[in-house]
Amino acid sequence: MSNIPFVMALLLAVAMIAAALVAVRATATVGAVLAAGLVSLFASVMFLLLAAPDVAMTEAAIGSGLTTFLFFFVMGRIRREGGGND
Amino acid sequence: MIRKFASVVLLLILGYAFYSLVAGFVPDGELNRSAAYYAENTARETGAQNIVTAIIVTYRGLDTLGEVTVLFLTAAIVAQVLSHSRAPAGTRGSGFLPAGELLETGTRLLVPLILLFGVYVFVNGHLTPGGGFQGGAILASAMLLLLLADPMRRFSHRLIAKVESISGLTYVALGVMGLVLAGGFLDNRILPLGQFGALFSAGAIPLIYSLIGLKVGAEFSSMLESLEETEDR
Repeated sequence: MSNIPFVMALLLAVAMIAAALVAVRATATVGAVLAAGLVSLFASVMFLLLAAPDVAMTEAAIGSGLTTFLFFFVMGRIRREGGGND
Repeated sequence: MIRKFASVVLLLILGYAFYSLVAGFVPDGELNRSAAYYAENTARETGAQNIVTAIIVTYRGLDTLGEVTVLFLTAAIVAQVLSHSRAPAGTRGSGFLPAGELLETGTRLLVPLILLFGVYVFVNGHLTPGGGFQGGAILASAMLLLLLADPMRRFSHRLIAKVESISGLTYVALGVMGLVLAGGFLDNRILPLGQFGALFSAGAIPLIYSLIGLKVGAEFSSMLESLEETEDR
């Protein structure tokens, strides 16, 4: 059993938990959205390590791509129409 | 106090559930029966190099049709809910912020590449990882980039609806053709299987997955566009 993928998976798991904590605890909404996207990005690399490239592509395209942009999209709208205050 | 206690107890129960999942995990020594069947017979029966695609499009094709239908329903409901608050055509909205030079120039460079990559992903779905859903999402992210760079940009709803419905209808028609010409609904052997590993191989799988890609891309794009066009006041 090779050791390098195991260490990488462990590091990824720790990074995912750290990013999730940042997403929950962050006071700035932009930072929280970015951290949530980061969780998805790490998850997609994790799927790749677990030999599921199809799932990894879906996670990267929808989880970290479209969802993150959708959050920014909606935040932009709220800022535009809510009188400019954060 | 009681609430905090309750949440700690819930966390402990959740932690125990996950711990027992991990502690009781025994890796399988061999493939289970259906997985062994797929691993053994996919290349011979469907001619697809990517087993996942063969399962999604052929063996479990009906489920995929259901998934696409669910996505279609979602897009239709989003469009219907948001159509009540659509901004009148030609208005400048309520003060769009300018996107900035960097985003506009980057968009001009990136959008063709992203579109090309999305098409590549779903055309090669039977050879490499990825396929219709992933490629469609990539196409939609190119549309999203266009909308971010220029919020006033409008795509033709009629064109998107046409792409969506034509690819959906052709998908179902191909499935029915499988019923008539080959072994069953959505059977891919209505076209010759071709040489294993070639671009035009695996029967109808590349065709069906391209249609799914176009359909998914059109559905996501119409959702994004409905979101962009709404006006709250």
